[in-house]
Amino acid sequence: MNAVPPIRSRGPWELAFERLRRDRAAIASAITILVALVVALTAPLLAQLTGHSPIAQFTETGLSPTGIPVGPGREFWLGTDGLGRDVLVRIAYGTRISLLVGVLASGLAVLIGAVVGIAAGWHGGAVDTVLSRFMDVVLSLPFLVLALALAALVGPGLGVSIFLIAFFSWASVGRIVRAEARAIREREYVQAARAIGAGSARIMFVEMLPVVSATVIVYATLLIPSSIAFEATLSFLGLGVPPPTPTWGNMLTDAMAYYKVAWWLLLFPAAALLSITYAFNVLGDSVRDALDPRHDQTIGAGRGGAA
Amino acid sequence: MTAEVLVQLREVVKEFPVQSRGAFGGRSERLQAVAGVSFELRRGETLGLVGESGCGKSTLARCVVRLLEPSAGQVLFDGHDISTASHAELGPYRRRMQMIFQDPYGSLNPRRRVGSIIGDPFAIHGVGLAGERRRKVQDLMALVGLNPEHYNRFPADFSGGQRQRIGIARAIALRPELIVCDEPVSALDVSIQAQILNLLDELQGELGLTYLFISHDLSVVRHVSDRVAVMYLGRIAEIAPSEALYERARHPYTRALLSAVPVFDPDEGRAHASVLLTGDPPSPLDPPRGCRFHPRCPRAQARCAAEEPQLIPRAGDGPEHTTACHFPLADGETMSTGAAPGVTP
Repeated sequence: MNAVPPIRSRGPWELAFERLRRDRAAIASAITILVALVVALTAPLLAQLTGHSPIAQFTETGLSPTGIPVGPGREFWLGTDGLGRDVLVRIAYGTRISLLVGVLASGLAVLIGAVVGIAAGWHGGAVDTVLSRFMDVVLSLPFLVLALALAALVGPGLGVSIFLIAFFSWASVGRIVRAEARAIREREYVQAARAIGAGSARIMFVEMLPVVSATVIVYATLLIPSSIAFEATLSFLGLGVPPPTPTWGNMLTDAMAYYKVAWWLLLFPAAALLSITYAFNVLGDSVRDALDPRHDQTIGAGRGGAA
Repeated sequence: MTAEVLVQLREVVKEFPVQSRGAFGGRSERLQAVAGVSFELRRGETLGLVGESGCGKSTLARCVVRLLEPSAGQVLFDGHDISTASHAELGPYRRRMQMIFQDPYGSLNPRRRVGSIIGDPFAIHGVGLAGERRRKVQDLMALVGLNPEHYNRFPADFSGGQRQRIGIARAIALRPELIVCDEPVSALDVSIQAQILNLLDELQGELGLTYLFISHDLSVVRHVSDRVAVMYLGRIAEIAPSEALYERARHPYTRALLSAVPVFDPDEGRAHASVLLTGDPPSPLDPPRGCRFHPRCPRAQARCAAEEPQLIPRAGDGPEHTTACHFPLADGETMSTGAAPGVTP
């Protein structure tokens, strides 16, 4: 029998992925992110390899007789900090926190933003008014002041950081999704779904969500670097994950006391922070270009903007 | 030939609030898109609904399938008033009436595969098991002339005509009784139009469908309709069996619309000279008093501005042919004479 091979259609996602694969900037940033991911996952391995736990203080070998941190060398590849701890191992462990917070916080923010935005855009009327005003309020809050107050109130920690970052990030996603959902509501395919008898939930999640998901994915990618920077800010101010757990932010805080004599304390965590946020920003821009090739303007944190 | 009435419209009105923004708060006005329309649709027939853009025909169509809730009046579907029914109450009726949209690009979600789009009616109304649905969808695709193998493709992979077939497959999935076709071919090439019209015709015979066929193209409507209703500024100007409307149009507006249809064969000849309408239709925000057509009508008299004409049989027509005009055209009469016969201005 001459069986017809099943015809497979390349959907919009597949086409976007094709475009992304041909984008060299996207590949470079994806590799950077992948490296960071590997470093994060293998941090305990690195600790074993070097024999340096991230919180162990090597007062004998890691500090000069006068108590000054030692620079990069054979024993400590990226030097030690003021307490004689291995900077390399600490950066590796810090990567875990940064990626975890970046991905979870922006994931949470995008989830809330998408649901609230679609609900506001689809329902319109009073629901839209209430949700939109609420988003305006959240967006107008002085986030650093409030974050400081809240973190001080409930005490610093990983969960608190993620929640705070998500809370101050979702509204910008929500606003954009709402605008898009309002436009989609008037489209004929939504009318068609209603004519068939689809209810609100089905229209919101089956008809609208796939259409706004391109925007949502772009925003998620662009929110990750700002979440990472946000987490570093909180840690830097002592309101993130509490010491001795290493984060890039609290490493930078520690560096403030020593950077005149120990440049590596400032340079390496800052370089890690910069490269990962920059990579995510570039990737976000590329993802947006891939999903919507006609769109060539920079939205939100642009290429090199927030990095 | 008194066929069973499937849908009855009684004085259907649809108003939209219009905000006119001023410096000190806006004034709220009401735009009456449909201003009291009554007619009936009989089981198995095709009723054509024609009119210029903005005359309210699409709004009326959306009131019939309850995508819009009429501001006043009743829509009776098989004897039940659905004009104010809730989402839950409408459920069973949604299965029995469907709509085909004008824009084959806008009416299909670009991010969903056509198999899942066509399968929507089954999913929403819980018809068939998941495994069964795929076969049902493929049967539908074959029925409307699509390759069932293209089940997994996205709307962007299809041409305009094929997309319209997808929309038709979705509409007939639950074997409805009524299908409202809102300009189903006006976005398509002429060669494709004929294919889609033939498909609609075949499906009507096969599934016993009733069509409300909306178009601004009189030649298309003539081709498909058993009866034709002419709409002007939210009201029905004239309604008649196709043949009668095209041969003996009574309303000056109908005559003007007909004369605007290009003639392909000059030898065919026509009973009336070309009638040109002057000006645009008036704003539905501020419709003319009396007959809504009188400011543009070459036969308008003082009475036309004062009194709104009833939609009743005129000039010796049977009950099937009704016209809303005080001074209807007689058989063979041309409009160039200006004044109506037997009336002194």
